[in-house]
Amino acid sequence: MRIFEIAAFAVRGLTANKMRSGLTTLGILIGVASVIMLIAVGNGASSAVEQSISGLGTNILTISPQRAQPGGTAKPLTAADAAALVGPDSPDVKYASPVVSAQATAAYGDTTHDVGQFIGSDPQYFSTTNSAVASGNLFSANDVQQARKVVVIGSTVATQLFPGTDPVGKPMLVNNIPFTVVGVLAAKGSSGLQDADDVAVAPLTTTQNALTGYGSLTQIVVQAQSADALPNAQAQVTTILNGRHKVTDTADYRILSQDQLLTARTATTETFTVLLASVAAISLLVGGIGITNIMLVTVTERIREIGIRKAVGAPRSSILGQFLIEATLLSLFGGFLGVAAGVIGSQFTIAGIQPVIVPSSVLLAFAVSALIGLFFGSYPASRAAKLRPIEALRHE
Amino acid sequence: MSPVIEVRDLRKTYGAGDTAVHALRGLDLTVEKGEYLAIMGASGSGKSTLLNILGCLDVASSGQYLLDGIDTGEFDEEQLSLLRNRKIGFVFQSFNLVPRTTALANVELPLVYAGVRRAQRRERALAALDLVGLKDRVHHRPNELSGGQQQRVAIARALVTSPAIVLADEPTGNLDTESSRDVLGILDRLNASGRTVVLITHEDEVAAHAMRTVRVVDGRVAGVLV
Ligand SMILES: Nc1ncnc2c1ncn2[C@@H]1O[C@H](COP(=O)(O)OP(=O)(O)O)[C@@H](O)[C@H]1O
Ligand SMILES: [Mg+2]
Repeated sequence: MRIFEIAAFAVRGLTANKMRSGLTTLGILIGVASVIMLIAVGNGASSAVEQSISGLGTNILTISPQRAQPGGTAKPLTAADAAALVGPDSPDVKYASPVVSAQATAAYGDTTHDVGQFIGSDPQYFSTTNSAVASGNLFSANDVQQARKVVVIGSTVATQLFPGTDPVGKPMLVNNIPFTVVGVLAAKGSSGLQDADDVAVAPLTTTQNALTGYGSLTQIVVQAQSADALPNAQAQVTTILNGRHKVTDTADYRILSQDQLLTARTATTETFTVLLASVAAISLLVGGIGITNIMLVTVTERIREIGIRKAVGAPRSSILGQFLIEATLLSLFGGFLGVAAGVIGSQFTIAGIQPVIVPSSVLLAFAVSALIGLFFGSYPASRAAKLRPIEALRHE
Repeated sequence: MSPVIEVRDLRKTYGAGDTAVHALRGLDLTVEKGEYLAIMGASGSGKSTLLNILGCLDVASSGQYLLDGIDTGEFDEEQLSLLRNRKIGFVFQSFNLVPRTTALANVELPLVYAGVRRAQRRERALAALDLVGLKDRVHHRPNELSGGQQQRVAIARALVTSPAIVLADEPTGNLDTESSRDVLGILDRLNASGRTVVLITHEDEVAAHAMRTVRVVDGRVAGVLV
């Protein structure tokens, strides 16, 4: 018996029952594609978060107010605190930007838009957050001093409020207070969990005046002279703030470096990825059971055919070969289609997340599905091939 | 000249212990070359069991079976499949064609396993189908053929390898009178051209086609009717 003849039997076996072959292929396709996509979504989410954080730079410290310990009093973080952080006592600190954030609804003409993040700060804020201006200008230190009602908006706000027009120089109402748009920031893209371009930045003084009042700052963003100077900068900042806030025991503020932020955020997204991976594992299992099922049904249905082939003199090896080739073709075909579907599906943004394919997941999904298909497509057939012809013929 | 089939003290037991069924209990049978033998007997007497063993589709529990002078008891699975392919043509009551496969492909099947080349295979399969009067149905699938036509395809498949014996287990059992006549006519012609035919039947009219009839009772040959 030539292998060519056996392969021809296998191909004919597959094409003779297109429905059965199609369903098997579909089962493998879905198993493979869903695993690839689920893992890609998890991976996409975590890499987006990583990107958005590392985009801020590695020489950044953020100081945020902490609630007071029982018996103690918490001093608010103030612009004066921020100003005190830059000076001869802290040679490793380059800038310290005070930051407040506000809930704000912006309006232009009849259009309104709830701004994702309305920030009040100083001009250094733009350099610490790696924000570049796309058109117009950033506001100046003078604007901050004079508390001018000017605002720099992100690209999302620009397209929402000023479709088709240049926002620069246009009046924009923020919570019904008139501001002038002086600049538009270059787009940064979605960071996975939030839109980094749905932002508006105004001078700190103006924002406190008009929107937030003069309570505690939301943050002080400190930029160190370099990434290497970060630990020294952190120590200097701590000393100065402890002095100003008269901290004896526990501090009423918290300092996070970008590294720590990154670690904290990656930890949460890793949990997310692990979660998705376990869902993927379960779907691989379910897909595998599906493939097993179809293969077993297929072979059981064909034990009679195996009996017929044996009755006319087919040796065991040729029957084994035929079913092995059939199962291989189905598994490879379904696997390739599944990889294609998974890769194509991962090109689309899913729930605001751009999936990023993990190559090893493609390999894993393909290998697992193909091996399951191969095993359950050929193992029962090889068992049936061992039966005496009459036993196979009498089956069911 | 040695007989084509020589069976000595053949026994076949299904199951074991209390539930054991003794289908054959020491059966002896000899079939000469060119003979046309009918096997009759009550339902459950062991006819099919015997024919399956003669066709190497099953193996006996004990006893001796010489096919064309060769002791089949010595054979392993690979050699048995070779015997089924080269020496035996088997016709079932329920046709047993490969579903969703054309008549031609069904008849070619044993030739493929025999390693016959494509062109010669096609030629011989077409000749066999012509012999059973199905020249115009070669590309039909089993579900597009009547019972009688399916059985004729099965006979073509059984004779295409020019086997030493053609075995038929109630080949007309599922057929109407006219189809039965066609099938029996083909078997008659096969035998007339020198082929050994062994067939099982319930009906005296069918048995009348044979040269010799044996009656199986309780797993043994009861007597020879001429
Ligand atoms: N696979 C089997 N397992 C158990 N018993 C069987 C099997 N095949 C046949 N028998 C039993 O063996 C006996 C002979 O069966 P069979 O050879 O089919 O009879 P016949 O063809 O003469 O009607 C019957 O009692 C039947 O029930
Ligand atoms: Mg019977």
